[in-house]
Amino acid sequence: MKVTLLGPQRRPTVDAVAASLYPEGPIATITAGWQDRESDDGELGKVLGGRDVNLGLYRRWLDVTERDPLFAAGERRLAGLLDELAGGYLLRLGHALEAVYAIQRGGGNDRLRANVLAEAIEAVRELDAAHLRRAGAVRGEFYAELPPHERPVIAEHRAEVAALLGGAAAVVVTGGHVGVLADVLHLFNVAAALRAPVIAWSAGAMALADRIVLFGDRSAHGPGHPEIYGAGLSVLRGVVPLPHARARLLLDDMARMSVFARRFAPARCVLLEHGTRIDADSDGGWPPGSRVLGPDGRVTTWEAA
Amino acid sequence: MRRKLAINRLKERRPLDPAVVSRFLARHEVPIVEGSRCTFLYQGEASEVHLVHRIFGLPERIPLRRLHGTHLWYLVLELPDGSRVEYQLEISRDGHGERINDPLNPRLAHSPLGSSSVCYARGYEVPEWTRPDPESRPGSLVDLTVPSRALRRACPVTLYLPARFRRIARYPLLIVHDGGDYLRYAAAQTVLDNLIHRMDVAETIVAFVHPGDRLTEYANSAAHARYLTAELVPRLEAEFPLAGTPSARCLMGASFGAVAALSAAYRYPGVYGSLLLQSGSFVFTDIGDEHGGGPAFEPVVRFINRYRAAPRRVADRVFVSCGVYEPLIIRNRSMVPTFEAAGMAVRYVESRDGHSWENWRDRLREGLSWIFPGPQKFYYE
Repeated sequence: MKVTLLGPQRRPTVDAVAASLYPEGPIATITAGWQDRESDDGELGKVLGGRDVNLGLYRRWLDVTERDPLFAAGERRLAGLLDELAGGYLLRLGHALEAVYAIQRGGGNDRLRANVLAEAIEAVRELDAAHLRRAGAVRGEFYAELPPHERPVIAEHRAEVAALLGGAAAVVVTGGHVGVLADVLHLFNVAAALRAPVIAWSAGAMALADRIVLFGDRSAHGPGHPEIYGAGLSVLRGVVPLPHARARLLLDDMARMSVFARRFAPARCVLLEHGTRIDADSDGGWPPGSRVLGPDGRVTTWEAA
Repeated sequence: MRRKLAINRLKERRPLDPAVVSRFLARHEVPIVEGSRCTFLYQGEASEVHLVHRIFGLPERIPLRRLHGTHLWYLVLELPDGSRVEYQLEISRDGHGERINDPLNPRLAHSPLGSSSVCYARGYEVPEWTRPDPESRPGSLVDLTVPSRALRRACPVTLYLPARFRRIARYPLLIVHDGGDYLRYAAAQTVLDNLIHRMDVAETIVAFVHPGDRLTEYANSAAHARYLTAELVPRLEAEFPLAGTPSARCLMGASFGAVAALSAAYRYPGVYGSLLLQSGSFVFTDIGDEHGGGPAFEPVVRFINRYRAAPRRVADRVFVSCGVYEPLIIRNRSMVPTFEAAGMAVRYVESRDGHSWENWRDRLREGLSWIFPGPQKFYYE
């Protein structure tokens, strides 16, 4: 499947991209990351030449919570469990990453320190993997208890979404709240119905990856620890999209960025800045020149990393 | 080479007549901030002029000198970068002293005790998130009355509901002591609107509580703790869509209000997941009975001494802030290892400021975003 990743769209480039790649036919749009502003998509529609058909996934989710109270109650319980799980993960992650940074800053024998650092990063990777597994298992239990395809309201929406996707020349996924976006994409089984090529940016790009990594070094109380949120749609494998990388990350702190890159390797951490356009495909084809974080923490090109 | 201070350049002017002084004053903002040196000025007839302030570590009254041949008085103080200092001038004439705000400085800070002038040293800026932002959707304030058997009075509460408040959502609860003062003097509503809008802080329901007899209720009072825990919280959790878990409950307060917050959590461990304590009046003694706080502090000292002797985990997370120019700085610094030893996660922040509402306002972003972080990490537009 063809996927085009774009940088943030404050100054839109999606119009030119969509018009050149997919000049004909309806374009399915997913703006669920905007949550209650999902339907404020007039501007997006304009840049897509009025060919947009909004899948309304957030509205559909609200409809499910209203018409299927049993499922809604289950979702609330699930959210509580996932919060609890994330709390424990973040606590452990904080200590594990502080250890990594402390070892990295330390002196002494270089070779010895490099080995200890590699082990410390490996411990973080194991923590990430364990969290992803546990979160997946908790979600799995929930879906086993309340299979979505057996819930009439969800099944109805899934069928409508699949039909809309089936008739689309392309699919556009915008930014917003990446957690909400990923959750509704899973709930309405969008991955299974995707046939058309996808154009995505910001949270939309993150949700297409196999792992969703949250990051932000400029929060009110200082740099946060990059963390795994959960599984994405896996339309793109082996990449960690980093929208607004310059604005959100301390890119000049190469030691920190090196840990970021090594922690998620062999996946590539791909920078999506204003003006970025990357035409990839889900089989792993990735154009040369794409900017990524290198293992030494420098921003480099895909082929050089 | 360091440039001569404006006041020193003025001293060298000849003739130094009233017109020259007037032009000098018209040209400068007062206090004149030049690097780390701040020149305080007063113009007028007086036998003595003093700068009166509450910077811990400096004499409480510092004399201004008269510029020879003029009615201009001056004082140059070295203030570290980022300092914010509240002060007044004491003017002595005919054996009488009068404290006034600096007539040459339009900047005022307000508190329940009145107003005072304020000096912004180099590097201090009023945080922009404390000012109204037309982009931020305002939350609403609702007045409630909670009849309290514990306190034997009808307790007024001002409830802040965030913009886009929805009954189907589940919100954390923040209980703020001295709520009226936080709203009036620390711009709490504007701060909440802005921090929630910017996703620094989670959408939160905030109960601003108003004390009756403050020095009694806030000084480790069992009745106050019972009111909060057995009356206020259950009522709010029954009527509003609150998460209702310890991790989603926080007690906050400044000065005596911080003592009240700590005391309530101490009396009801496991109920409140977080505390936000600003310039807590955590007065204690290591030996003997002398604490210098006066009779109102007696129950506080007994409580803090008891707590320090046997620190107990009363919450999961504690945010502590204090100004380095407050006498309470040493007490607050001392409490940090005590809280940590009890097994609580502590975030401690100091500022170059005093025991003032604007200091407490300026620390709210760090404190609230740590206690109830907003969804910023999830948003990628």
